[in-house]
Amino acid sequence: MLPITPYHYLVLSAALFMIGVMGVMVRRNIIIIFMSIELMLNAVNINLAVFSQQLQNAAGQVFAIFVIAVAAAEAAVGLGIILAFYRNKETLNIDEINILKW
Amino acid sequence: MLEAVVFYTLAAFILGFGVLVVTARNTVHSVLFLVANFLCVAVVFVMLAAEFLAIIQVLVYAGGIVVLYLFVVMLVNLKRPPEAPLDTRRQSRAGFVLAAVLLAELSAILVYTAGRPAPAPVPGPAVAAGTGNTEAVGMLLYTDYLVPFEVASMLLLVAMVGAIILARKDV
Amino acid sequence: MIETFVVPILKILVLLNAVLVSVTFMTLLERKIIAWVQVRLGPMRVGPHGVLQPIADAVKLLLKEDITPSRADKWVFTLAPIVSMVPALIAFAVIPFDREASFFGYRIPLYIADINVGLLYIVSITSIGIYGIILAGYASNSKFPLLAGLRASAQLVSYEIAVTMMLVSLVVNAGTLSMVGIVEAQLQQGVWYAFLQPVAFVVLFIGGLAETNRAPFDLPEAEQELTGGFHTEYSGMRFALFFLAEYANMIVVSAVATTLFLGGWLRPFPGVEALWLLDYVPGWLWFFLKTFAFIYIFMWIRATLPRYRYDQLMRLGWKVLIPLGIVNLVITATLKVLL
Repeated sequence: MLPITPYHYLVLSAALFMIGVMGVMVRRNIIIIFMSIELMLNAVNINLAVFSQQLQNAAGQVFAIFVIAVAAAEAAVGLGIILAFYRNKETLNIDEINILKW
Repeated sequence: MLEAVVFYTLAAFILGFGVLVVTARNTVHSVLFLVANFLCVAVVFVMLAAEFLAIIQVLVYAGGIVVLYLFVVMLVNLKRPPEAPLDTRRQSRAGFVLAAVLLAELSAILVYTAGRPAPAPVPGPAVAAGTGNTEAVGMLLYTDYLVPFEVASMLLLVAMVGAIILARKDV
Repeated sequence: MIETFVVPILKILVLLNAVLVSVTFMTLLERKIIAWVQVRLGPMRVGPHGVLQPIADAVKLLLKEDITPSRADKWVFTLAPIVSMVPALIAFAVIPFDREASFFGYRIPLYIADINVGLLYIVSITSIGIYGIILAGYASNSKFPLLAGLRASAQLVSYEIAVTMMLVSLVVNAGTLSMVGIVEAQLQQGVWYAFLQPVAFVVLFIGGLAETNRAPFDLPEAEQELTGGFHTEYSGMRFALFFLAEYANMIVVSAVATTLFLGGWLRPFPGVEALWLLDYVPGWLWFFLKTFAFIYIFMWIRATLPRYRYDQLMRLGWKVLIPLGIVNLVITATLKVLL
């Protein structure tokens, strides 16, 4: 247990990913769902950083930077969509965001 | 020894704050726990000798993206004062089953690879010894991964324009 | 053992004490300077020439009633001043006051940590400090502070981009992100970066004014705007914490500007041999003189210039400073490659 191998970090990132998945499945507030997606992306980043250190190649960290950039873009556009939607329908409940249903 | 203490404390904080993000009643509290989570993840990056990534995590993620979330939460709170949300659990049973399946699969992978020898290091382009992590990442970013770098900048431009148009009031 | 534990803890204690004491006396300094600019005397009653005024202020604020609005979010209400104060203090960890000094036979470097991403660390800590303002506005559970908090944080985020662009062009010149490394680069190139990158210097100073909510960008906390801004509902020591955080931020911005542009602990004309007399002044004294010059300019500007309106402020940040930053970066990078 004591020497910290990369497996410890992998277990941590897997558990964080689980928590994100649970958040997306269980909560109804759409902003909390977005934040759970961010938790999942963070778990992936930890994974990439661990392997980058194990293989002594900075490509993992480069990928993690791209993940952060894409998460920023996705958060901006997603929150813009939420704001535009909220202006019309006044709700943040994902069960009620269903006006495209046939 | 010290590394083990720091790692277990950090892991407890990260998972604890993660659970609090997902289960907090008040959305603003959720966002604050998310900030704390991100700061602890940045410390994990420092432990993994990726200090540039740690600073970028604090600067962009905790200092930019979560501020954006906080702004949206407060703009939404402005119109309708926060009342206690009726948040009956949706699909919690399916969530537990899915999480258990994923956890089983990941532990199977971990157990399978635990006995195998570690993979050989794949060194990237040579950086002068003694320079830090930033130079290594920068060297890779501008030589091997230049095209993804430019594409990411286009992506951010498109996202910026899209966010402005989406959030604009129709005047 | 002594090097790894005792010395850093002693350094942290000394630094925190120095910062907190100087921050309380900066309130007096500001009142005096503004008073002299306006041809009056400022606080004169408490102590000789009003020197003990900060102590009177501190006693008053400590004894004031601590009011929490009735339906405010108690945890966030208490957390906001702390989140405002802590980044202002921990940013001092990477600021180098001098290369080395000898105390009782030990040669210790006069900075707490020299991390090799020191400049980015300061920028990221500044962006964490924004949370204090947003949370203060939110936790007061009242419309005026909420709107003022959102406006203030929008201002901070906008000027942060311009400042970061200028810092990037400075890093292109210096070749390293560590604060000690940048001062060493100035020593090597024999010129302060204020002369090599004047645009970056001026824009960093303007951005620093906006980042610390100082005049002429102090719209978020002016009394005439939105009844006092994001700290309307705060009283007593929490209110004092916000202002101490602002002054500490001011010292951080001055220290960072000194390190990056005025050569940190270097004497004027560091390469010229003929001025060897100036070498007798210790490095940290140069550092304090330059930082104090910046703080004085901060207060001088507050006494002189009128306040920007919010849309003028945002227009300046987005439409003037950011394009300037991009142009500066391109020119610096081109010159660095060609020369």
